[in-house]
Amino acid sequence: MSHLLIILAILSLAAIGFRMGRGRALALAGGDARALHSLPNHYGGYVLLNCALPGLAVIAIWLAVEPHAIRWLVLSALPGDFRVLPTERLGLAYDDLRNLAHGVAVNHAADAVLSAAASHYLALRRIAVVGLVIVSLAVAGTGLWRGWRRVAPNFAARRAVERYIRVALIAASTVAVFTTIGIVLSLVFETLRFFGKVTLWDFLFGLEWSPQTALRADQVGSSGSFGAVPIFAGTLLISAIAMAVAVPAGLFSAIYLSEYASRRVRDVIKPVLEILAGIPTVVYGFFAALTVAPLIRDTGGSFGLDVSSESALAAGLVMGIMIIPFISSLSDDVITAVPQSLREASYGLGATQSETIRQVVLPAALPGIISSILLAVSRAIGETMIVVMAAGLAANLTANPFQAVTTVTVQIATLLVGDQEFDSAKTLAAFALGLVLFVMTLGLNLMALVTVRKYREKYD
Amino acid sequence: MSAIAMRNQEAAPADIKMRAAGVDVSYGDKQALFAVNVAIETNTVTALIGPSGCGKSTFLRCLNRMNDVIEGCRVSGQITLDGVDVHDRAIDVVELRARVGMVFQKPNPFPKSVYENVAYGPRIHGLANSRAELDDIVHSSLRRAGLIDEVRDRLDEPGTGLSGGQQQRLCIARAIAVEPEVILMDEPCSALDPIATAKVEELIDDLRERYTIVIVTHSMQQAARVSQRTAFFHLGEVVEQGETGQIFTKPVDERTQAYITGRIG
Repeated sequence: MSHLLIILAILSLAAIGFRMGRGRALALAGGDARALHSLPNHYGGYVLLNCALPGLAVIAIWLAVEPHAIRWLVLSALPGDFRVLPTERLGLAYDDLRNLAHGVAVNHAADAVLSAAASHYLALRRIAVVGLVIVSLAVAGTGLWRGWRRVAPNFAARRAVERYIRVALIAASTVAVFTTIGIVLSLVFETLRFFGKVTLWDFLFGLEWSPQTALRADQVGSSGSFGAVPIFAGTLLISAIAMAVAVPAGLFSAIYLSEYASRRVRDVIKPVLEILAGIPTVVYGFFAALTVAPLIRDTGGSFGLDVSSESALAAGLVMGIMIIPFISSLSDDVITAVPQSLREASYGLGATQSETIRQVVLPAALPGIISSILLAVSRAIGETMIVVMAAGLAANLTANPFQAVTTVTVQIATLLVGDQEFDSAKTLAAFALGLVLFVMTLGLNLMALVTVRKYREKYD
Repeated sequence: MSAIAMRNQEAAPADIKMRAAGVDVSYGDKQALFAVNVAIETNTVTALIGPSGCGKSTFLRCLNRMNDVIEGCRVSGQITLDGVDVHDRAIDVVELRARVGMVFQKPNPFPKSVYENVAYGPRIHGLANSRAELDDIVHSSLRRAGLIDEVRDRLDEPGTGLSGGQQQRLCIARAIAVEPEVILMDEPCSALDPIATAKVEELIDDLRERYTIVIVTHSMQQAARVSQRTAFFHLGEVVEQGETGQIFTKPVDERTQAYITGRIG
């Protein structure tokens, strides 16, 4: 709460800076804005940015450092016998004294040492808030003053503001890049720990997946085998079924929408298709588990087929329906982007509409269509909720769509749900699976990107 | 002999290939053409001239019903090809466009090889029974379009890799490969440099022997160079039409006079 107030204070200071900068520029120009190098608002904006950015940066750094600094100060003030505790016990003790300080019940009687440390902690927190107020406002004020002093009729405030905007945009675009790097690094480190316990060969080429490991020495039948082939096979089976549904349906609806539908029909159908993309996957999940799977089991049963109630077919069909809008919407865009002049050239030679579409429009749009399909595949491979609910957990190595299979995402979810030790092969396996999955989808996305790049200048 | 006589009787008077009578066109609420009457003579180059937005291209696109593909476009009046109304139920629009081919303002080769570009029309109309026949059609079309010497060794390369002028002649080769009777050209040289323009104009003059040509142009010199007949469009109406020489030297209407001397447009 107090931090929010500090931020508001800095923003108000920046707003005042805006008025001051603007006013000074106009005053120096004798009230004639034409005598200035830039617009009065640029001078105001320059002072505002000079004030707000350093102030907010101080707050951000302070908040990142503060908890660690307080923890170090509190722990180093504790009596000597605490310092010999192992790291985990020390962490627990620190959590206890923080709970005490915030008035949360602690599960054992508070001793004098902990109480003293708790009040030490609270005192440090108070000092930290006051310090933050002083430092951040001082920095913001200095920035305001320096910016204000630089305001002069021939100062290029417009260009200075432009530089700040550039930096802000670069910062925003690096967020995604650094997040990706962080995700990859965390996956890689946990995966390396996993391969300390299970060999790479056994993981990539093993035919049996049963990740239950023995917790006690006398447990039986849970040796733990981590052969990922069955679950990757399951993923590919379900994705293949999904694509068999989504590619024709998506592509044909894209062709209909972009080439045949009148504008009125298009205006109705396109949003409806996009609603399909907005349905939460959980909802698709129970549609698959409660409606489609029993339907397939009963229909299959009436033909004398042995269909399990959690079949790959049910999960794949529903996943395919979920993916239709991805393909149709992207393909629709690329088909519409094919120049009208190519269609007219074909019509002008006496081609019919379907001849034109098959022989001119689709070949021209093909790179875009392929990339939309590849993106849809990576979406299918990464999809979790539908398969968790409808595909089952049994790691069967089968190509029979009527049997239950399991997928990589389902296994990751079940391995990590609930209370788990984070140093057993079982939980670490989830990271190895995640990394392989990440590499697969990354490869597909790259392929999509390369296809589009390579054929982009084909027409036009 | 008798067949030719029959045909001449059908298309009376004998030398009129296409005729537009009282053609109105509107896009939505906006009327683009008002009661247009134009006669297009066989084996003649007819130039349509006039200021931008006067309806020349709209009229050209009526002749092979290319306006059908534009949403909200309505055409009324009579347009005949060899005396038969092109809007007649008996006329198949696909067949009409095979008989009345079109070359567009911007060269628009398909993103296929040079060979496939020219072979496209003959293939969809089944004009060749064998690969050898198709080769013949492609080569002779490229030859008649004056392009064969430049592309003989590049038939498998993409048509979009040719220069602008070559692309436009490729589009002409593609149009004549289906053996049309009429070729409509919508400002075919407006995207070309003077040398490429000269080549295309020369080609148009050669093509006149076999085809009836209608060309829309913004260049009065071009109209004077390539055409035998000219129709002047202004604000959606045909102001004047006749022999090109007469239009350019002794125009009857003062608006034509004003346009060709550069006072309107």
